[in-house]
Amino acid sequence: MGGARRIVGRAFFYLLVAAIVVYTVFPFYWAIVSSLKEGSALYRVEALPPDPAWGNYAAIFAQQNFGRNILNSVIVAASVVAISLFLSVTAAYALGRIEFRGRKLMLLTILSVSMFPQVAVLSGMFELVSWLGLYDTLGSLVLSYLILTLPFTTWVLTTFVRELPKELEEAALVDGAKPFTIIRKVFLPIMWPALATTGLLAFITAWNEFMFAITFTLSNAKRTVPVAIALISGASRFELPWGRVMAASVIVTVPLVVLVLIFQRRIVSGLTAGAVKG
Amino acid sequence: MAQVKLRGVTKSFGAVQVIKGVDLDIGHREFVVFVGPSGCGKSTLLRLIAGLEDITSGELLIDGERMNAALPSQRGVAMVFQSYALYPHMSVFENMAFGLKLAKADKATVDERVRQAARILQIEELLQRKPRQLSGGQRQRVAIGRAITRNPKVFLFDEPLSNLDAALRVQMRIELSRLHEELGTTMVYVTHDQVEAMTLANRIVVLNAGRVEQVGAPLELYQHPRNLFVAGFLGSPRMNFIKGVAEAVRPGQLTVRLPGGAPLAVPVKNGSRGVQAGTEVTVGIRPEHVVAPERADAVLKGGVLVVEQLGAESFMYVRTEGEQTVVARRDPSIGVRPSELVQVGLQAKACHVFGPDGLAV
Amino acid sequence: MEAVRDRSELLGAAAAAEASQLTRQRRRWAWIFVLPMLAVLAAVAGWPLVRTIYFAFTDAHLADMQDWAVVGLENFRLLAADADWWTSVLNTVRFTVLSVAIETVLGTIIALTLNAHLPGRGLLRAAVLIPWAIPTVVSAQMWNWMYNDLYGVLNHVFLALGLVEGPLAWTANPDLALTAVVLVDVWKTTPFMTLLILAALQMVPAEIYEAAKVDGVHPLKVFWRITLPLIRPGLMVAIIFRTLDALRIFDLPFILTGNSRATSTMAIYARQQLVEFQDVGYGSAASTFLFVIIGIFTIAYITLGRVRLGAGEA
Repeated sequence: MGGARRIVGRAFFYLLVAAIVVYTVFPFYWAIVSSLKEGSALYRVEALPPDPAWGNYAAIFAQQNFGRNILNSVIVAASVVAISLFLSVTAAYALGRIEFRGRKLMLLTILSVSMFPQVAVLSGMFELVSWLGLYDTLGSLVLSYLILTLPFTTWVLTTFVRELPKELEEAALVDGAKPFTIIRKVFLPIMWPALATTGLLAFITAWNEFMFAITFTLSNAKRTVPVAIALISGASRFELPWGRVMAASVIVTVPLVVLVLIFQRRIVSGLTAGAVKG
Repeated sequence: MAQVKLRGVTKSFGAVQVIKGVDLDIGHREFVVFVGPSGCGKSTLLRLIAGLEDITSGELLIDGERMNAALPSQRGVAMVFQSYALYPHMSVFENMAFGLKLAKADKATVDERVRQAARILQIEELLQRKPRQLSGGQRQRVAIGRAITRNPKVFLFDEPLSNLDAALRVQMRIELSRLHEELGTTMVYVTHDQVEAMTLANRIVVLNAGRVEQVGAPLELYQHPRNLFVAGFLGSPRMNFIKGVAEAVRPGQLTVRLPGGAPLAVPVKNGSRGVQAGTEVTVGIRPEHVVAPERADAVLKGGVLVVEQLGAESFMYVRTEGEQTVVARRDPSIGVRPSELVQVGLQAKACHVFGPDGLAV
Repeated sequence: MEAVRDRSELLGAAAAAEASQLTRQRRRWAWIFVLPMLAVLAAVAGWPLVRTIYFAFTDAHLADMQDWAVVGLENFRLLAADADWWTSVLNTVRFTVLSVAIETVLGTIIALTLNAHLPGRGLLRAAVLIPWAIPTVVSAQMWNWMYNDLYGVLNHVFLALGLVEGPLAWTANPDLALTAVVLVDVWKTTPFMTLLILAALQMVPAEIYEAAKVDGVHPLKVFWRITLPLIRPGLMVAIIFRTLDALRIFDLPFILTGNSRATSTMAIYARQQLVEFQDVGYGSAASTFLFVIIGIFTIAYITLGRVRLGAGEA
C-alpha cells in the first residue's frame, strides 16, 4: 500500500519538476526557434523551424547597427563596474572591519539608496545630465548607473570583508602594516573571487538597465542593448519585427545564460550573502 | 628593572569590565605563562600588551617606556596566533619577510634574518612553499619564524598549541623550551592547559575573571597555592577539597574536624586569618598525598565509586562521609573494586586549609 | 604597593579617555576610505533625489528647465484628484500582491524541491536560473511575442486545446493585461525568490528532519509546523525585498503594454508625466509620492529584517 502511494507521489513530483522546467525553459527555446524563422514563416506556429535561416541575425547587424548597441552596452557596463569596484573596495574594508562613529548610519544609508525607485531621481538626474552636457552620450549612463551598482557592490563587498579572518589582519598589524597596505597586500589577493563575482553581478545589473537608457539616449548610435531590443522594427511596415527581435534577444542572452550556468554556485552564494545575511 | 610592567591595568568592553586591575612585572628573558579558564581574560591581557586592544585605564611600560598609545609595531613585540594567521597567498619566505619589508629593511638583511630563523626552526626546505601545502606543525613553526625575524623584545604567544594534536603538542612544547633557551628573549605565553603552564613557565600568572589570583614559579604555585582557585586549577586530577569545621586554633596549628568525626591537626604558617573554632573550612589534599590508613594522621571511610586505570598509576574515587568524593592515587596493581568499603588516610603535613573566603590559612 | 596603586589610579583616569594610536589611526583611515564612495553616492543619488523632490513643488517643464516658479502643494493636490494616478496606484498594488504571493508559493515549492537532494536537482537549478539570467527587456519581448494575439504560440496552443473560442488579446485587453504582466514577472523573478528561500532552508539542520522522520511526522505537517516557522525570518526578508521591487516596477509593464492605463504602474505614470507630457513638476510630485511609499516599506524591511551592522560580529 505504501509502495503504491510512494510511486504515485514520486510520479506526481517528477511531473511537477517537468512542468517547472518546461515553464522556465520554454520561452527561451521559443525565442531561439522564432529567431530562425524568416518572413512568412513567423506567421506559422511550428515547434521547429522548417528552414532555419540566419537572415534575422544578419539583418540586425547590417540594418539596425546592433553591433554598435552591443559595444555601447559593453563600454557602459564595464566602466560602471570598474568605477564601482574601485570605490567600494576601500569603503568595504572600512565598513566591514573598522569601528568608527557613524558606521551603522552609513550602512543603513547605503542600503536605503538601493531601495530608491529609479523614477524618484529621474528629474534631478535629467537636470544633472543636461547641465553636464551628457545628454545622448554614454557618459550619462555611466553616471546614472552608479546609483544602481555602487550601493550593491559596497554592500556585498562589506559582507565579504567581514568574513575574512580577523587574525590575518591582526598579524599584519603587529607586523607593522598600515591600513592601506593591509588592503593592498593582505586582503585584496584573497578577495579577488569575491571581486569577480560582485563585478559580474554588477555588470549584469548595468547591462539590463532600461529606464535611464531609454530616457537619456536619443540616437541609435548611442543606444544600449535593452533599448535596441525594445525598439527594433521590421524590414518594412508590413513585416513583423519579431524574428529580428528574437535574434537580438538570443545573441544577448546566450552568453549571459552560459556565464550564469558556469558560475551558478558563486552567483547563488553571492546573491544570498548580499540579501539574506544582510 | 622589569621589561614589561603592568600597573593597575583594566579593560572594559562597553559596560563589561573584563580585566579588573592587573599589576604585573615581567623580567628580562623570563618565560611567563598566563593561565586560567575560558573567559578569564588571559588572551585579552596579551592583546593589551600587543596593542591590538586599547587599555581602558592603567599603564603599560615596555623597557621603561609608556606604551599605552603606541602602535603594535612600535612596541617591539611579535605575536604568534592560535590559528597561525599565515598570509595564504605568500610563500613561507614572504610570510616571514613581510614585517621586515614593511620596516623597509634592505634585501640582504631580510634574506639573512629569514634564513637564520628558518635554520633555528628547521624549516629551511619549506621556504618556497605556500601555507596550504604545510602541515599544522609546520605552519606553527612558520608563524614562530615570522615572529623571530622581527627580532622583538618580547614574544607573545596566544594559545599556539591548541590547534595541534596531542602528540604534536608535546613535541612542540619541548621545542618552545629549547627556543627560549637559544634565543633568550622574554616570552609571554597564554594557554588554558595547566600542563603547558607547568612545563614551560619560569613563572605562572593564574588569572580568574579578570583578576590575578597568584603569580609564582610553577612548583611554588603547586605546593603553596594561595587560594582555592589556584589550588584547584593546577594539578590533574584536581586537589581534593574536603569540607570540615575548625575545632581548635593554636599558633602554628589548626585542628579541623573532618566529616565522620576524625580530628586533623594541620600545621599552618600564616596565622589563623580570622578562623575560629566553629568556622567552616576546606581542607585540601592532592591525590598523591592521600595515603593508606596506617601512615595517616586522620582517616576517612567510604565506598569506592570507580577506579581509573591509567597504566602507570591508578586513581581511586571514594565516596566518604558527608557526601564528599576523595580521589587517591594508587599503584596500578591495586585490587579494589567499586562498592568496596575502604579507608583513606590524610597526612597533616601535606594538607592545606582554606578559610571560608577561599584563602589559604 | 598602596602608594603605587593611588598614583596609578590618578594616571588611569587620564588614560581612560585616550584611545591608542592604533585606534585613532584606523578611524582616520576609515573616513578616508569611505569618503570617495560617499561623495560619488551623494552626487549621483543624493543630489538628484533632493532635486526631484524640490521640483515637485515647482511648475518646471522639460522644454525649459531654467524657468520655473514654486507652486507649493499644487502638484500634490492635482495628483490626489487625478483618477489616472489612482488607477496606477491600484494597478501597482494589485500587481505587487499577485506577483509576490505567486512567487513566494512557487519559489517555496521549487526551493523545497531543490533542497530535497533528489535526482534532477542540478537540471532544475540550472533551468530555474535561466529566467534570472535573461535581461528584463528580453524577457518582456520574448513573452510579448508569445502573447501576440494573431501569431503568438500561447493563443495557438489554447485554441488547439479548445480552451478558448477566439484568440485572446493578452496585452491589449484591459481585463487580461495585468494578469499577463504578472505571469511574466513570476517567470522572471521566481528564481530569485527560490534562491533566497533555498538559502533559508539550507540553514535548517538536517537533524531536525531526521528527528521528525523517526517520530513519524507526516511530511505536510513537517512543513507547516517545523520548516515554515524556522525559515520565517529569511522568508520575510525575501518577501519584503520583493515587495519593494514590485512597487517600483517599470521595465516589464512598459515594454509589454506601454503606457496603457490598465497596467500603468506608479513609476510608468510618473515617467510619462515627465518625459511625454514634459511636466517636470507634476512628474516629480508623482515620483516623490512613490518614493515616500517605498520609504515606509524600506523602514519596515530594515527593522523586520533585523539587519546586522556590526563589524566582525559573529
